Amino acid sequence: MNYSMIRYILFRLFRVFGALLVLPFIVAIIYKEYDSAESFFMLILISSIVGYLGSFKKPKNTVIYAKEGFTITALAWIVVSMLGAVPFVVTGTIPNYIDACFETVSGFTTTGGSILTSVEQIEKSVQFWRTFTHWIGGMGVLVFLLAVVPMADGYSMHLMRAESPGPVVGKIVPKVKDTAKILYLIYFGITVLEIICLKISGLSLYEAATITFSTVGTGGFAVTNAGIGGYSTISQAVIIVFMALCGVNFTVYYFLINRKPKEAFAIDEVKYYFGTMAVAATLIAINIYRAGVLDSAGMCFHHALFAVTSIMTTTGFGTLDFDKWPEFSRVLLMGLACVGACAGSTGGGFKFSRALIIIRNARNELNFLVHPKAVKRVFMDGHTVEGTTVKSVSAYLGLYVITLIASVLLVSLDNFDYQTTVTSVIATLNNIGPGLGMIGPMGNYSEFSYFSKIVLMFDMLAGRLELLPIFIVMKPKTWRR
Amino acid sequence: MQIIIVGCGNVGQTLTQQLSKEGHDITVIEEKSSVVQSVVNNLDVMGIVGNGASYSIMKDAGIETADLMIAVTDSDELNLLCCLIAKKAGNCHTIARVRNPVYNNEINFIKEELGLSMVINPEEAAASEAGRLLKLPSATKIETFARGRAELVRLVIDENSRLCDLALKDIPSDLKKQVIIAVVSRGNDVHIPDGNFILRAGDEITIFGSSKNTVSFFKKLGLPSAKVHSTMIIGGGETAYYLAMQLIALGIKVIIFDKDPVRCKELTDLLPQALIINGDGTDKDMLLEEGVTRTDSFVSLTNLDEENIMLSMYVKSINPKAKLITKVHRVTYGDIIGSLSIGSIIYPKNITADRIVQFVRGMSASKDSNIETLYKLNDDKVEALEFIVRNGSPVIGKPLSQMKIKKGVLIACINHYGEIISPSGDSVIRDRDSVIVVTTLAGLKDISDILEN
Repeated sequence: MNYSMIRYILFRLFRVFGALLVLPFIVAIIYKEYDSAESFFMLILISSIVGYLGSFKKPKNTVIYAKEGFTITALAWIVVSMLGAVPFVVTGTIPNYIDACFETVSGFTTTGGSILTSVEQIEKSVQFWRTFTHWIGGMGVLVFLLAVVPMADGYSMHLMRAESPGPVVGKIVPKVKDTAKILYLIYFGITVLEIICLKISGLSLYEAATITFSTVGTGGFAVTNAGIGGYSTISQAVIIVFMALCGVNFTVYYFLINRKPKEAFAIDEVKYYFGTMAVAATLIAINIYRAGVLDSAGMCFHHALFAVTSIMTTTGFGTLDFDKWPEFSRVLLMGLACVGACAGSTGGGFKFSRALIIIRNARNELNFLVHPKAVKRVFMDGHTVEGTTVKSVSAYLGLYVITLIASVLLVSLDNFDYQTTVTSVIATLNNIGPGLGMIGPMGNYSEFSYFSKIVLMFDMLAGRLELLPIFIVMKPKTWRR
Repeated sequence: MQIIIVGCGNVGQTLTQQLSKEGHDITVIEEKSSVVQSVVNNLDVMGIVGNGASYSIMKDAGIETADLMIAVTDSDELNLLCCLIAKKAGNCHTIARVRNPVYNNEINFIKEELGLSMVINPEEAAASEAGRLLKLPSATKIETFARGRAELVRLVIDENSRLCDLALKDIPSDLKKQVIIAVVSRGNDVHIPDGNFILRAGDEITIFGSSKNTVSFFKKLGLPSAKVHSTMIIGGGETAYYLAMQLIALGIKVIIFDKDPVRCKELTDLLPQALIINGDGTDKDMLLEEGVTRTDSFVSLTNLDEENIMLSMYVKSINPKAKLITKVHRVTYGDIIGSLSIGSIIYPKNITADRIVQFVRGMSASKDSNIETLYKLNDDKVEALEFIVRNGSPVIGKPLSQMKIKKGVLIACINHYGEIISPSGDSVIRDRDSVIVVTTLAGLKDISDILEN
């Protein structure tokens, strides 16, 4: 283990963190929330100084391997979450530190599950910080670090691979730094576009910005108690579009910008992603229309589409309380929750590409029973998928299920009803936010015990980083010299 | 620059490593996915698995916007095809490795017709390096700068040398005036020495100076400075052929040993003036019979690294005066082989990669840097760079002693309109000079980079 490199990168992150806090500080000044401004200012100062001191000495040996990459990523997320919770405590928004940590982890991992029973009395600057954590976490803290900090060696790919979602993480241009920059530029572009669209649809600039952060990060923190339900149908439609866009593999946008539509549409998972979205929305619309949830068929489809997009992209916004919908819709939504969005997007979940690989591999296995000597490979995007990739995806599925079951067991100690217990884990492990029962779209996580909150925080981090980094950090062998 | 490298064997990997370190955007195309995987894991480059001669793979790699395509696969024909396709698809510069002597004889035609920017033949490059060493046998390495006017020569100091146990500032002025001792390597350490540095027996020093002065430096040290009279070459591969051609032209007597009778006949046809012996070069008796104890120089060029090293060690024990040249393919054990002190080692793969890197540097020189040539010394630990000084550069007009030059940087040579100056504290760099800088720092792009900010 290259400990000095781990130290160096983590302290660099402190500096970046300090720089990011400047935004909520500015918001606090604008809205004349001077107490919060003071707290933010102190935090900026402290984290910058600590960051400078800690990363002053550059390590001699800058070589890191996959092991260090994963470790740094997991530690970075834990550190950032612990730091990010401080503003909530200092400003008095969430007095309890563990609760604050839950809120921050939920923010950075773009889960969007809250422990706050009411979000409207929060100061504007703190609210801004709360939704801004979604924006940072969406594309990733380390990818951001890679984009802005010059690290001129090839090893930085290990960091990017550990943080970016998907079974195979590749670069879109030869250099990691340029790839990270391009991803953030696209991300930034989408963000600006949504703020403009929401502003036009009638939201205030502040609301447009905060809701945008929650949308593009596929997070789900709302700024009003009514969630997204309080906004006009047009605003909701804008949010649907941008949620759906952010659940797509960002490589698609790179291809489109470079006028390579053929390559962009050759990506299998994107087709299945939109296909599933359309089919599921239609089914749920019919289901709730027949159950008489709403009178107008059009509105049924609108809200069904909103719920499906919100759950599939793992955003977790709510317009209506889908917990009150018929059983079929509820089960279907939780099923979609487990699949999640596309690889290389800001969304969470198991990822469409992994599901495709698992299904196609299973189909091949079935085929072997019919033609025992057949030679079959798994195909995706018109290429064969490497055997090692198929293997690692299968292992990932195993680990995912084990984590899910173990967490459900631990959370069940709180003695809540079955659906609350199970969906709380599904909603956090897949970074969605709302589940069913007590934690439905209109509920929250405040009732859980501290123990369960810690388990769920672990699930959120594990889900966002796709399990491996978090597990590697916990393995004693990693730390042995 | 955007560079595509097809083929990721040893040369490809060395190139990828070097060029990506220099900040180029590199895409590697290689058929073996495990190789691509390991390259992508260790270097900041993009990897594509596939056949480089395929148009669609080239397109994936971004040939349309690439500045340069380098084909260094094992196959000459594939390399040439890659270049042809790259040229047509992307109209970029192309470099091919072509090693078959049949093509080599008509290489100018091929180069012209396929629009290649450079063709590199590893065997021929290795042979030229060996040939240069046989011309000045006391040196372990010779490179040329400033269009051949200046030379970098490396030699080992032995116990009886006049330089042994002497601090650099105490070296008699007749020796010091003409050349600069720029690099000293001792064991695994590489130093850029200052005046208080004391030279010891066994140190390998690198000196810079004009070709005339380096030869007279050798003479004054009492080292042989004339070319060898006879040479024995073990292994009759392509390198041996190219080397023998050069040596025969210089009037040096050549004996080549090869195991394969067919190859021996071929060589006899190609090199009528050389003595070709069909026999196992590792056969002690035969070597003795052919006069290994009397030969001036001994070159081991078989395809087995171990055999080459063993042979050189054997000849060193029975004929310590002979100049030894050993060909080694595996680059990774350079340190250990160097410590055996068996004369000059040539690494064909490094030579190939170096030549290409030099070309690339030259190409980007016109774009964003002023590097004319570059040599890697002592296992990449030290670089010797030749910069062109452009008008307005901060180094112009000040004596060297008054400049704040970074640690680990030494000005080895100033070329003023063809006059090679070995600089002292009073020397001044003028506009349009070319300056050779020796440094342990990587990534210098302009002569002004040698100054402390």
